[in-house]
Amino acid sequence: MAVMTYRDALNAALREEMARDPDVFLMGEEVAEYDGAYKVSKGLLAEFGDHRVVDSPISELGFGGLCVGAAMAGLRPVVEFMTFNFAFLALDQVINSAAKLLYMSNGQFPIPIVFRGPTGAALQLSAQHSQACETYYVHAPGVKVVTPATPADAKGLLKAAIRDNDPVAFMEGELLYNFKGEVPEDDDFVIPLGVADLKHEGDDVTIVTHGKMVHVALQAANKLSTEGIGADVVDLRSIRPLDVDAILRSVQKTNRAVYLEEGWAYVGVGAQIVATIQEEAFDYLDAPVLRVTQADVPMPYAKNLEMMAKPSADRVVEACNKVLYREAR
Amino acid sequence: MAGTKTRRAKAPKESPFDMHGIAPELALDLLREMLRYRRFEEKAEEAYAIGKIGGFCHLHIGQEGVAAGAIKALRESDYVITAYRDHTEAIAKGVAPTAVMAELFGRTGGTSGGKGGSMHMFARSVRFMGGHGIVSGQVPLATGIAFRIKYKSEDDIVACFMGDAAVNQGGFHEALNMAAIWELPVIFVVENNHYGMGTAFRRVSLTDMVERSSPYAIPASKVNGQDVLATYAHFRDLAAEVRNGGGPRFVDVETYRFRGHSMSDPVSGTYRPKEEVEQHTHFDDPIAILRDHLFEAGSLDQDGLEAMDAEAREEAQEAFEFADASPVPGPEALYEHVWADVDGNGRLRFDGREEAPWR
Repeated sequence: MAVMTYRDALNAALREEMARDPDVFLMGEEVAEYDGAYKVSKGLLAEFGDHRVVDSPISELGFGGLCVGAAMAGLRPVVEFMTFNFAFLALDQVINSAAKLLYMSNGQFPIPIVFRGPTGAALQLSAQHSQACETYYVHAPGVKVVTPATPADAKGLLKAAIRDNDPVAFMEGELLYNFKGEVPEDDDFVIPLGVADLKHEGDDVTIVTHGKMVHVALQAANKLSTEGIGADVVDLRSIRPLDVDAILRSVQKTNRAVYLEEGWAYVGVGAQIVATIQEEAFDYLDAPVLRVTQADVPMPYAKNLEMMAKPSADRVVEACNKVLYREAR
Repeated sequence: MAGTKTRRAKAPKESPFDMHGIAPELALDLLREMLRYRRFEEKAEEAYAIGKIGGFCHLHIGQEGVAAGAIKALRESDYVITAYRDHTEAIAKGVAPTAVMAELFGRTGGTSGGKGGSMHMFARSVRFMGGHGIVSGQVPLATGIAFRIKYKSEDDIVACFMGDAAVNQGGFHEALNMAAIWELPVIFVVENNHYGMGTAFRRVSLTDMVERSSPYAIPASKVNGQDVLATYAHFRDLAAEVRNGGGPRFVDVETYRFRGHSMSDPVSGTYRPKEEVEQHTHFDDPIAILRDHLFEAGSLDQDGLEAMDAEAREEAQEAFEFADASPVPGPEALYEHVWADVDGNGRLRFDGREEAPWR
């Protein structure tokens, strides 16, 4: 084990997978000479050369599509989007090409590609730079969606995503890049997609979440524990494939659930989770499943409004108290 | 429609026919190819009319010179990718007409097992990289295939076909720019039939087609796609340049669509007058043009032509019969090939039909 940042864990995963498989290459804006807008690709140009670490023009649709074509022809591209906010321009190639080519060709063209970059809000970047984009990707059959919350998960899941033969949207957190944690140094440390992780244990209420919000959920769980309430924090780690069993196991134990996500509520990830829980664990529920999400508005710039718009640990505690029919202290 | 019985009047502008250094045997092969495509598409048209084919069906009739001239000038190991008017380009690349017709019929014997349809022919084994349905969607993909060739230091090339309308899409420009800066081995081929569905190119562009690659410093050229020998000779030269590391090329291939945009669209109407279509079908039929010249040169006679045409018609009829006899996909095919890797961890499907949905 080594203590490293989420950024360095991603960097290690890229380095190890590029060393392991010569067909893996990285393309994106500022990934090479600039060492990455967020320095995730630091040192990779020096190590692997401009043949495999490729600075692209600012052409998301173009280089997104180019990499899908490279995957059709047998390479294993890792596409870095500086942020997923910019990747809307490439969405046609993700949904209409990457997600569908295997099916439309009756299995002739697997598309082993990773689209990675930060999703969600940072601090005071306003509406166009502060949005959680998971829903757009997870909606389409054919794309897997992975959202690591910790350095260890970042490394193990990115390695799994690169080795996977399907398109994977690998969605990081800008505010997580400096977050430190213990990470196995083993070259074969791979976390399979579709396995959730119980990040906190308790018997009274289940908080299901993914990505950066895991840390907000943990704050809420810690606060609840000081009040004698035990919360399970189920970190999905990947939204598709979805570890439904892990969610049901926890809900069957606690009989109460809250979904926490950074994005908007309307047809968000939580809508799917709530639907799944009521379809498959209805008889276990002692209260409606509630959601804590971003306010249903574009992200405002002003600090106070931004704080109001974002989901917070206090709101999670409030939602947990509601499903527990409990007065807040 | 190219007839085999009567000879057409020659266009008044016609100058002595240039064989472009192409031997009569090869010219005959190209004529045979174009007849195969024509008869195939006519058979598809017939099958569509009697309800054997559904959805959109875009025919290539009138544009056979582009498919034959460009694709036959490539090596077998070169890649071809195109848009949704893809039937004859698939056949030109080596896909069996039976498999193309079966795909049109939505049958298991189709190139995509019936799951792609008219717009999505694929054949990895012969490097036919598909049939893509979003205008210009295939242009970045082609650039990526060319990226792979360069990445692996191989000497194949990519021919990327598109309609004239594709050049107004952003992805076209982004892809051409990247192909240029990285000197990728790809020929961007505009099948310029002058209409994007019902919109004349001159109404949506102030620049000539051949200017469209100039911002990216990609050498451009123009060729008459109705003259298959000129097209073949041009692509033979371009392929050599690109294969030798010359970087990408852009070609405006002048052609004309003899049918409507798709089977559901009118051949002529407010967007192009009937007289214009008649003028082209009369004077610009790539099959008739080559046929007449081979007659004149003494390389072909009426009997030879009729034998060649009979073979083409027979092949189309066999494709029809194969497709008609090919089974429809079984219900188990519905969920096949959505995912390449299903390892049992987590759930991938969320439609409430998890248990044997077809029973």
